[in-house]
Amino acid sequence: MKIGTITFSAAIIGAIWGAVWMIVIGILLMLVSGITASPPAGTALIVGLIAGLSFILLPIEKRTTNLFAILGVGVAVLLFALTGGQVFGASFSDGMLYQILAWAIWTALVVLSIKMCLHDYASGSAKRYRMELLLIRVLKGLAFVLFTIVVILPFYVMLMTSLKSQQSLLSNPLDFSINLSQGPELLFRSYIELFTQYHFGTFLLNSALVSVATVFITLLFAVPGAYAVARLRFPGQVFLSRSILLIYMVPAIVLVIPLYAVFSQAGLRNSLTGLLIVYPATTIPVALYMLQGYFRGLPGELEEAGLMDGLSRVGVIAKITMPLSLPALASVALYVFMIAWNEFLFMIAWNEFLFAFMFLDDLDMFTLSRGVVSLNSSEVPRQHLMAGAVVATVPVLAIFLWFEKFLVAGLTAGSVKG
Amino acid sequence: MSATENLSKGPPKGFGALAKREQRLAYLMLLPTFLIVLSIVLGPLLANFWISFKPVQLADLRAATTLVNEQLRPRPKAAGDEVIMRYRVRNSSQKDPIANVTLADTVPVGLILQLSDERCSLDGRALSCDFGTIEPGGRFNLDIPTTVEQAYLDNGERPRDSKAVLTGESRNVLTSLEFTWENFDKVFSSSEFWSVLRVSLYYTIFGTLGALVLGLFAAQLLNTAFKGRAILRGLFLFPYVAPVIAVAFAWVLLLDAGPGGTFNAMLIRMGAIDGPINFLGQRAIPMSILGLEFEFPMALTTVITFEAWRYFPLSFLFILARMQSISTDMYEAAEIDGATPLQQFWYLSLPQLLGILSVLFLLRFIWTFNKFDDIFLLTGGAAGTRTLTVDVYEQAFAVSNLGAGAAVAVVVFFVLLFFALIFFKFSPQDDG
Repeated sequence: MKIGTITFSAAIIGAIWGAVWMIVIGILLMLVSGITASPPAGTALIVGLIAGLSFILLPIEKRTTNLFAILGVGVAVLLFALTGGQVFGASFSDGMLYQILAWAIWTALVVLSIKMCLHDYASGSAKRYRMELLLIRVLKGLAFVLFTIVVILPFYVMLMTSLKSQQSLLSNPLDFSINLSQGPELLFRSYIELFTQYHFGTFLLNSALVSVATVFITLLFAVPGAYAVARLRFPGQVFLSRSILLIYMVPAIVLVIPLYAVFSQAGLRNSLTGLLIVYPATTIPVALYMLQGYFRGLPGELEEAGLMDGLSRVGVIAKITMPLSLPALASVALYVFMIAWNEFLFMIAWNEFLFAFMFLDDLDMFTLSRGVVSLNSSEVPRQHLMAGAVVATVPVLAIFLWFEKFLVAGLTAGSVKG
Repeated sequence: MSATENLSKGPPKGFGALAKREQRLAYLMLLPTFLIVLSIVLGPLLANFWISFKPVQLADLRAATTLVNEQLRPRPKAAGDEVIMRYRVRNSSQKDPIANVTLADTVPVGLILQLSDERCSLDGRALSCDFGTIEPGGRFNLDIPTTVEQAYLDNGERPRDSKAVLTGESRNVLTSLEFTWENFDKVFSSSEFWSVLRVSLYYTIFGTLGALVLGLFAAQLLNTAFKGRAILRGLFLFPYVAPVIAVAFAWVLLLDAGPGGTFNAMLIRMGAIDGPINFLGQRAIPMSILGLEFEFPMALTTVITFEAWRYFPLSFLFILARMQSISTDMYEAAEIDGATPLQQFWYLSLPQLLGILSVLFLLRFIWTFNKFDDIFLLTGGAAGTRTLTVDVYEQAFAVSNLGAGAAVAVVVFFVLLFFALIFFKFSPQDDG
């Protein structure tokens, strides 16, 4: 049996996974079950180290499924023994089922991670290539865990908070267990109150209206513009195609004060109209840029054939170019929808203006973002704020997941070169 | 390039009329975009410069106006009653006079006005007056003795049915030719400005780099095919797609320093910290590493972390797209030559990605510099996180000094212009 760099690496890898999974599973256990635990990361590190060592010391040909099972049982028992029966630093009696489950998951994950990193490594030394490969495997594994947690955690907290009550949140902020026995009416109490008392139905409708109208206005303006820039020859074409994106870089904050001044002088009272004037102006340039990139990529021969057959330019656009560009149109529409739905600066300045000048805090004119801001006060319980956040997030996420492919292709196609 | 262009690049003779028509069509198609961009983006941009030289407060937007109220008193009961027709005229502003104030009104049928005021004249039923200038906050009553006839009592027409029209010229600070350096003076002389600029640059540089590095890592992770990759890719885009308002408030609750703050509770439970850390409310934490004492900017670091978290998906998406377009031949050749994985990344992948990385850096740099809502929602610009954009908002709307806000916005614009010029100088010339 050779002892070398790989052997030491295996011990370190085992230790890392033991500790990492203990922290992750321990916190997960607390969040899901509400048990007050203090995960013993140090002990788990030692158990993981021993597991890594025993794994690497087994010759590759002897690493069978049965042996993994034995290793797993060994790891689990060792953890139990070293923690004195308190696997997650909590008395075993509360939430026993959860604890046993978490214990099993921890064991399985540690053994599996060690196996995935080390399955084709034997004890002894290795060349730089193999060492780096091992390093990358471990880093990738850790990065997967880290990224997933970091991305999900805020959304998880948002969703779970919205389903809980203020008192239970304050008494134990780590307890995100859901009491399913209380029935849907109590469980979704925050949502029901938002829609019945806080006018969220109206806000949702307003947001949908503004966003969809923005998409249509944007496309109406950007499609002909993009076609002209991509296909027609005119003086200034090159300049335009290069500089149109510059508009998108003009900071919105620079525009807010003058627009505010002008709208206040003009006495625009309908807040949604104001938004519908401003939003398309900010989205048209980027939509035009994305579309012209796509139009350029379409085969020009098809359009020429159409022209030869007697179609007018407008006819060509409507009958040939548009049907061919449906994926690009979908992606641009989705992107613009996202911008309009998530827009915040103009909306907040606009509401400020309405309130300051018209003394108009008209709930009928609130968009969802404004509605959520109005929930951010000490008088409104937290779960309402988070429920509002969920209501604002779900539609745009749902639409995004539905059209994800288009968005990804569209966002990256027009602009990425070189 | 496309065939149309090749065709039109051919012999130019005999193509004139068609080319002209094409030009006209192109301009026509671009006109709506041009107009809306002009009126909502370029116009306001110029207007912002204008306002930045104006001593204009938020309250000045409510221009001085004259207000009039007409009344017949006492209420006429019978024909032949002598009553008073009273016009109350008032200047709404306490600051600005209103010049050339005129009043025009139609007197109801059956009211005989005994006009004695030389400022007014009566032509049939049309009353018109010229009051000259009304001082700031000035108000007076115009009383006209009136005789009521039976006709007035019979028909339903009352004085207020025809609205008295009052006109006047007030100085509008926005359109006047009054300029001042005051706003810029105030901006540059305030001790806060330079710290705001510094915070802006820190936020922009580290936020951009953070998002870029995270995006590069995430792209590396998902560059290899495995089961569940599509799901993870969608998941990794969540922070970017979700409304800022939702994720910002989720972070605020998550990082809460009071009871109920999940993240602090987590850290305390793990034994990492002794007491809760006010991630978003604490300006600096004194620290010492290797005997080196320094102040760790807590709140600024938190908002930078948020920025990196929220925008890494964008760079991730672009970097991944570029990675997948790199041909695998190169890697196979490198593999045969014995290049290690890290060498392959360093000497093969990274040079290939340099183009997109630099474009992303500059774009994200500009957008992060422009960013307003993230910091506004997380800290409101408190605890050493006030950036230039938040400062614009604070000056204009919290301090109610539109001129000063516009002046800061001008600074924002020029700093940005500087970066944009660099961007265009160094951006790889694409062929599109």
